[in-house]
Amino acid sequence: MAGVATSSRQRSKIAPYLMILPALVYLGIFFVWPIISLTVTSLSTSGGSVFLPTMEFSWKFANYADAFSRYQDQILRSFLYAITATVVCLLLAYPLAYVIAFKAGRFKNLILGLVILPFFVTFLIRTIAWKTILADDGWVVSALDSVGLLPSDGRLLSTSWAVIGGLIYNWIIFMILPLYVSLEKIDPRLIEATKDLYSSNTRSFRKVILPLSMPGVLAGSLLVFIPAAGDFINAEYLGSTQTTMIGNVIQQQFLVVKDYPAAAALSMVLMLIILAGVLVYTRALGTEDLV
Amino acid sequence: MTTQAGAAVAHAAEQADTAPKTVKGSTKWGDVALRVVAGLVLLYLFLPIFVIVLFSFNNPKGKFNYSWQGFTLKNWLNPFKYPALTDAMKLSINVAAVSTAIALVLGTLVAIALVRQRFRGSQAVDTFLVLPLTAPEVVMGASLLVLFLDLGWATGYTTILLAHIAFEISFIAMTVRARVRGFDWTLEDASMDLGASPTRTFFKVTLPLIVPGIVAAAMLSFALSLDDFIITYFVSGSSVTYPLYVNASVKASVPPQINVLATAILLISLVLLGVGTLYRRKRFEA
Repeated sequence: MAGVATSSRQRSKIAPYLMILPALVYLGIFFVWPIISLTVTSLSTSGGSVFLPTMEFSWKFANYADAFSRYQDQILRSFLYAITATVVCLLLAYPLAYVIAFKAGRFKNLILGLVILPFFVTFLIRTIAWKTILADDGWVVSALDSVGLLPSDGRLLSTSWAVIGGLIYNWIIFMILPLYVSLEKIDPRLIEATKDLYSSNTRSFRKVILPLSMPGVLAGSLLVFIPAAGDFINAEYLGSTQTTMIGNVIQQQFLVVKDYPAAAALSMVLMLIILAGVLVYTRALGTEDLV
Repeated sequence: MTTQAGAAVAHAAEQADTAPKTVKGSTKWGDVALRVVAGLVLLYLFLPIFVIVLFSFNNPKGKFNYSWQGFTLKNWLNPFKYPALTDAMKLSINVAAVSTAIALVLGTLVAIALVRQRFRGSQAVDTFLVLPLTAPEVVMGASLLVLFLDLGWATGYTTILLAHIAFEISFIAMTVRARVRGFDWTLEDASMDLGASPTRTFFKVTLPLIVPGIVAAAMLSFALSLDDFIITYFVSGSSVTYPLYVNASVKASVPPQINVLATAILLISLVLLGVGTLYRRKRFEA
């Protein structure tokens, strides 16, 4: 750590490189190299058995075509679910973040603490709790049933909506926090100025608050969309065989079927589609700084 | 909690220190409606938590703790009844502590290098550090598994550690960097102008400046590691961490002790949250 303590006059040109080196080497070995391995595997031919799978690199682009054609339902479903979850998260999180940022006064820290608190319980246990809440003999089903809002087969669990609900719940915090941060940064005098200039509430929201909170909307959307699109827990715990997502297939292929090339190709497809989605979205919102 | 999100948590926690402000001027009814919606969302966040706490007092008839059968205190009286659950908890705490300690050194060094001075390629390092945060966890887990298979390494404790360090570094670097950005590093020069040795300057000036950032990063990294399921699932071999135990139990039997431990963690967090708030208030008053 001697490098840290040298003065700026004495700071050598190599000191920062020495400081970043260990982490870069580590990430090179345990992040970049694995991604390269994954890419190589995705272009290999699989052989052997489940017990002793083998593979050979062969520029086999057919793996990608197979991944698309065999699992197009799961691919489509993953993105449909993740987009729906992101939109609902945004609609639910915005009012809460707005109230914490502008209306909470001295309770701000308390409410913020309360928002974070549920996430101290392991993600899996919270999902199990939703299983109980949405159960066929639970009070939510009977309440919806009594007002006639229940879908025709009379179930909530094992439906697409249960899976989407789980995705929303597990990642909504990552929408609330960036939204809060970007709303918090807005100078309240700007909002007062719009009032002084006879702007209606709706108009000052649309013209001032919403545009200034866009970095939060963007960051929150990505933080919800990326993990939701790759998730397999919610589909496994709250869904059925009709609601499987890409994550479920990747997990199954890697750990059970052990068809590594197919699984690797599917992982690459997931990553590339997410990347494309992120690029289109950031372009559309016209901002590049993420909070 | 997912890897991507840690930085957001740290950032928000930091923002909360600022003075309260209230914006007036919206119509009364609109205001009430807004507060009601916010309250309902907050309630929704707590709905599963109520169920978890309630079901820690359940007396389940079968193997699964999914439907209410009757009140009992016996789960709370025997929280460590299942040695496998306790062992899994211990392993998770071990992994979280060791991986955080290592990632903290690597991540903090990068963060300090990035904020203290611009150097050729610092922009590229910046961008590179964000990449692991944007990769879906299932891809990170899968790619690490492929690497370990290529290398012929048996998966287990060591591979879990290596994987956790990999996702923690970026996140620690981001958090520390966010906290120490804007510090006046010429204080180090001042210290040495006044005759302090470089070592003394480091311990008396540099370290006190960066410690709050390091503590925040360490706590969040620890929490992320403790809660990680997806990446760990791929690289764990036969080792069982706490989330892996929970996942396995969903397929076999779910003991109410899972709820007891979860509730206990929640209570401890609540106490820490309260202590932290009081400490901060006291510091401001002093």
